[in-house]
Amino acid sequence: MNTALLIDSSYFIAAFLFIYGLKRMSSPLTARSGIVVAGWGMVLAVLASFLYTLDVNEAAKPHLNTNIVLALLALALGLGWAWRSGKKVAMTEMPQMVALYNGMGGGAAAAIAAIELIGYKTHGTVSLSLAVLGGLIGAMALSGSLIAWAKLDGRINGTLRFSALQLVNGSLLLVLFAIGAYIIWQGGAVEWPLFALFFALALLYGVMMTMPIGGADMPVVISLYNAFTGLAVGFEGYVLNNPALMIAGMVVGSAGSLLTLLMAKAMNRSVANVLFSNFGAASEDDDADIAGSQKPIDAADAGINMRYASKVIIAPGYGLAVAQAQHKLFELVKLLQDAGVEVKFAIHPVAGRMPGHMNVLLAEAGVPYDIIFDMEDINDEFKEADVAIVIGANDTVNPAARTNKSSPIYGMPVLNVDMAKQVYVVKRGQGKGYSGVENALFYADNTQMVYGDAQKVMVAMIQAIKSLAGGH
Amino acid sequence: MEYTTTILTGFVALYIFMLAAFTGFEIIGRVPAILHTPLMSGSNFIHGIVVVGALWALLNASSLPQQIIGFVGVLLGAGNAAGGYVVTERMLQMFKPSSKTTKE
Repeated sequence: MNTALLIDSSYFIAAFLFIYGLKRMSSPLTARSGIVVAGWGMVLAVLASFLYTLDVNEAAKPHLNTNIVLALLALALGLGWAWRSGKKVAMTEMPQMVALYNGMGGGAAAAIAAIELIGYKTHGTVSLSLAVLGGLIGAMALSGSLIAWAKLDGRINGTLRFSALQLVNGSLLLVLFAIGAYIIWQGGAVEWPLFALFFALALLYGVMMTMPIGGADMPVVISLYNAFTGLAVGFEGYVLNNPALMIAGMVVGSAGSLLTLLMAKAMNRSVANVLFSNFGAASEDDDADIAGSQKPIDAADAGINMRYASKVIIAPGYGLAVAQAQHKLFELVKLLQDAGVEVKFAIHPVAGRMPGHMNVLLAEAGVPYDIIFDMEDINDEFKEADVAIVIGANDTVNPAARTNKSSPIYGMPVLNVDMAKQVYVVKRGQGKGYSGVENALFYADNTQMVYGDAQKVMVAMIQAIKSLAGGH
Repeated sequence: MEYTTTILTGFVALYIFMLAAFTGFEIIGRVPAILHTPLMSGSNFIHGIVVVGALWALLNASSLPQQIIGFVGVLLGAGNAAGGYVVTERMLQMFKPSSKTTKE
């Protein structure tokens, strides 16, 4: 049997399975099978790669046995660790986990570039350019994703900002391009310290680029790095003459870019604005012009009012998931539905920590996806709703985004909860949202605040409604 | 006849890149927002294919530095692929409609 033919056909099938799997993942009905299909493609491609052992470079032959042991060890360790951590991670922490795995992929692409370059294995200007570029992007995605992970995981608090930061970053990028160009100009024949410097600076650039970006913008950044890693993988695929890497990498590169644009659009910001503006830095001074006061209400009273409403719309936010109140919320929803109340969920595009994250969190609690609506589909219904209840959301329901031009979130599309007859806001305390902006909704005449932990509030509401039904 | 690997250079490579880019764009373009997170995670899994490239590089390593970098590369790539798969699968298996009957 011809080894090269076997390897090439395995990669062909794998590439097909990836695209077919991704296609299936794009509809809720078939999504589950999509990832399984793509998974088999991956298994096939990895198994086929061991056929490389039959045909390695002359120089590598004496090391082959060591290399095989190293490869098996690395596979087992990487797979074992990631499998365990992936099974264990809570759904609320999914975004940072995706960031972490993505960074690892970027690091692997950078590692390929490094081996090709220090081994002087790459020849020709195009190959060399793509090796260098892929290495740069991969290393950047590695360190950038790690910072994104650390920020979302609460390991790094605050942001690094100083006035000359953009200048420093710009210069750093120029230096990187200059070193890269020099390597290519020299045909790759430079000493290893220059390669080391190149990769070290690329890693530094990823850190410097991500540090100034606030936590609320992190999903866009993670999605961007996801696309970057895809590109890096595609470029290294060219260098290795591996079509599976080229196709998978480029599909992810373009899909990820589009996803990034969609996310940025959902927040009414451009990607450049996310990356280069100091969002939330100057929001302290425009709190004064909000009139009215926050009016508290007891959780039980709010629950009973909802029981007698005919239409209730729920606007959940990340706070709901932090309090682990999704399951109790769904219990409440079922009680309301049994009492004949029409209940719908309204999901802001950036509710949770990533677009679609809230859908995942609700799905985890068993909420069926056909009572969950995207913002644009449900925003006109709020004025017909008797009650809108906001749970753990803040910036995504702030009417100032529609009205107050001086607000930093002005122009961001928001859920029109303030148009419902009665608004309940379930909230831990009187703090501000993730963006640090004061919320005019909390002071509106038709808003009442239910203070407390979301889970305890849900329990109180459920008990109040049940005690009604159980007779007096 | 002996088969030899096709060398993908120049315009052939460019065509592959272009068509792959359009494919990715088309697949994501029609996706409802509800699936954005799983899909980001799913595409994150797919670039885990980088582990295959890292494997090739490690198997062909001929010096200690290359072996070390290759080891790290395979380790990271395997983590990307396995982790990406597990979290995507966990997210997707939770999507269910109200009734058991599937509908269009």
